[in-house]
Amino acid sequence: MSDLMKDLHTEHMVINMGPSHPVTHGTVKFLVTLDGENIVDMKVDIGYLHRGFEKMCESGTWQQVIPYTDRLNYVSPLINNVGYALAVEKLIGIEVPERCQYLRVIACELSRIADHLTNVAAGGLELGAFTAFLYFVEARELVWDLIEMLCGARVTVNFVRIGGLKNDLPQGFQDKTRAVFKECRRLWNDVDKLLTKNRIFIDRVRNVGDISAEEAIAYGFTGPCLRACGIPYDVRKAQPYLVYDRMDFEVPIGETGDNFDKYLVRMEEIQQSMKIVEQALSQLPDGPINLDLPQYRMQPKEDIYHRIDSLIFHFKTVIDGIKPPPGEVYFAVEGANGELGFYLVSDGSGKPYKCRVRPPCFPLTAAMPRLMKGRLIADIVPTFDMINMIGGECDR
Amino acid sequence: MGVTFGKESASRRIVPGGTVSDGPERLLDGSAILTRLQAAVNWGRKYSFFLYPFVTACCGMEFMSVAGPKYDLDRFGAALPRFSPRQADLLMVVGTISHKQAPILVKVYNQMTEPKWVFAFGVCAVSGGFYNNYSVVQGIDTLIPVDVYVPGCPPRPEMVLDGLLKLQEKVAKERWSDWPRGAAPVTPMLKKQE
Amino acid sequence: METNVTIKKLSNRFPGAIIETHSHRGDDTAVVKKESILEICTFLRDDEALLYNFMMDLTVVDYLGREPRFEVVYHLFSLRHNRRVRIKARVSEADAIIDSIVPVWVGANWFEREAFDMYGITFKGHPEMRRILLYEGFEGHPLRKDYPIKKRQPLIGPIN
Ligand code: SF4
Repeated sequence: MSDLMKDLHTEHMVINMGPSHPVTHGTVKFLVTLDGENIVDMKVDIGYLHRGFEKMCESGTWQQVIPYTDRLNYVSPLINNVGYALAVEKLIGIEVPERCQYLRVIACELSRIADHLTNVAAGGLELGAFTAFLYFVEARELVWDLIEMLCGARVTVNFVRIGGLKNDLPQGFQDKTRAVFKECRRLWNDVDKLLTKNRIFIDRVRNVGDISAEEAIAYGFTGPCLRACGIPYDVRKAQPYLVYDRMDFEVPIGETGDNFDKYLVRMEEIQQSMKIVEQALSQLPDGPINLDLPQYRMQPKEDIYHRIDSLIFHFKTVIDGIKPPPGEVYFAVEGANGELGFYLVSDGSGKPYKCRVRPPCFPLTAAMPRLMKGRLIADIVPTFDMINMIGGECDR
Repeated sequence: MGVTFGKESASRRIVPGGTVSDGPERLLDGSAILTRLQAAVNWGRKYSFFLYPFVTACCGMEFMSVAGPKYDLDRFGAALPRFSPRQADLLMVVGTISHKQAPILVKVYNQMTEPKWVFAFGVCAVSGGFYNNYSVVQGIDTLIPVDVYVPGCPPRPEMVLDGLLKLQEKVAKERWSDWPRGAAPVTPMLKKQE
Repeated sequence: METNVTIKKLSNRFPGAIIETHSHRGDDTAVVKKESILEICTFLRDDEALLYNFMMDLTVVDYLGREPRFEVVYHLFSLRHNRRVRIKARVSEADAIIDSIVPVWVGANWFEREAFDMYGITFKGHPEMRRILLYEGFEGHPLRKDYPIKKRQPLIGPIN
């Protein structure tokens, strides 16, 4: 047999997957060198969705950045909103009222649920589990109904403001959440039954895309992909922001870091996030949601129409933008894919001097060649899905 | 009585010597239809789009919803996404097209067989949206012809369905002479240094 | 003070290489000489009391009009000690070269390529110094402050 293998010398073949390929659900190009079906070498080419995020931020005011952050990780826009707002608040040195903090936690976790649902749905779809896709898209649709109720938009929410929120909780939100989560849990159970013990699914994902914890750290993995390697690093626990320290939730971890563990971690995080939302809703205190600092946060609309000082502040903050003191800050939140950090530099003017986002899936995508070398070409599909590269965030 | 037909076909009768309309005509008490071949073909085309989802960005999330259970594109005959441009006739451009992406979009468009239609999904595909900067194409109609523009950032699924219905209306009115459209009217601008 | 451990250790170990330090809003920051960046990063990663095993972020800020013009900014994180630090190295426009830290953290690879792409800083010793987000043939570096926001360089465009 080995003689036969020696005589059968095959040439390497280079094929191009993407940038418009069904499994590259962001736009990314893989240049794969194949020996038969085995991957000898792989190059990843990104940047097909580079939209000049930083340049756009530098050309607008501080508040005008928020819509752009929505479109970074467009599967969990609320987390981006919150991360950016928290970074600016750290730069200014203010803290939002307690009720606002709770509402932000709720918003973040709803987004995280939607993100993980989408990720697992797409993963199932690409491995042929179309039913799981349909179930989770339905569940996501329900979560989006909640998000829409909360902020009026489904995807690009633009909900969080520097120093507050766009609006308070709408009436009936609690009841609706209860109903939605009940339904979500039912769908979750269905998908769990469909995938977690499914021979075909397990064969495709088990022991594929595994990486040791040390290597994962060296590559800069964070989020579910790092936790799947057994490192319980979660920004929400390590450096609690907002009111996460008052929430009772677990950080699920895996063992081998393979795709199956990543899938399990995500599935469990959906449950944990639902738990957090329920806790936050039950603990929700009364009070204002906006800071009373007119030079940073717009006054209520009634005041703007009826009081001259509010009107002047409104005019100033809209035309010139708010003016954080000069300085630089880095603030990290736990995004759906890992540590989402904002590095802001202010020169004291109304525009950000520098608005850098640390995209969690950028180092993850960079590790694709490492994860895939020596593997079969079919393994790209589940691995790339569980990496969950989001074009808007990776390429900005 | 024989076969019964929809409202449209039943309401028109052939009047000898009268004008011939575009819709299906009824003859012999409904057991035969007379129509123009063009109208019949267009009728077939408009209910059987095979779409090529050129999904690049955030609008893709809404695209997933439109294709998913709640909004269900299937009801309009545009269910099956084909990931080979050769098998598709509706190019859905979903999301932002950057200058790096532009040649690929044009290539996909040129590979599709005629007749083909282009659906600009979202304001980025329509006009570049709020990304007016060095890296984003200011509307895909600078590169390829577009049939339907659906603005919105991202458009709601209802808008997309409406856009699809508008496209169906448009297809129903097409003539043979509208085809072929030919390759996209573009030329390389920057010499790629390999 | 607990928070200043890193800066203290750094200034003890490399007295000549630290230009300035601050802890604005609690973010420990050290501006270091660019020549010793590799040495400092290795020290930060390996010292038992520091163990900065994560290279979280690498970016560049363009202070147009200041000399040296660029600042390469590294954000490090230590999992063991749950601590962050920001290291900055100043790089002038005329000599926009700095040592690559890929030997210390492999994850820095793409970050450095991005910095090269967006700001034109070359990282010496990087395995593959070429554009990442933009395409070959693009002239200039768009995130520099003197690059006009609407200067387009399309690969393909309408016939006219
Ligand atoms: S139109 Fe809006 S949602 Fe759609 S791709 Fe553009 S920015 Fe994203």
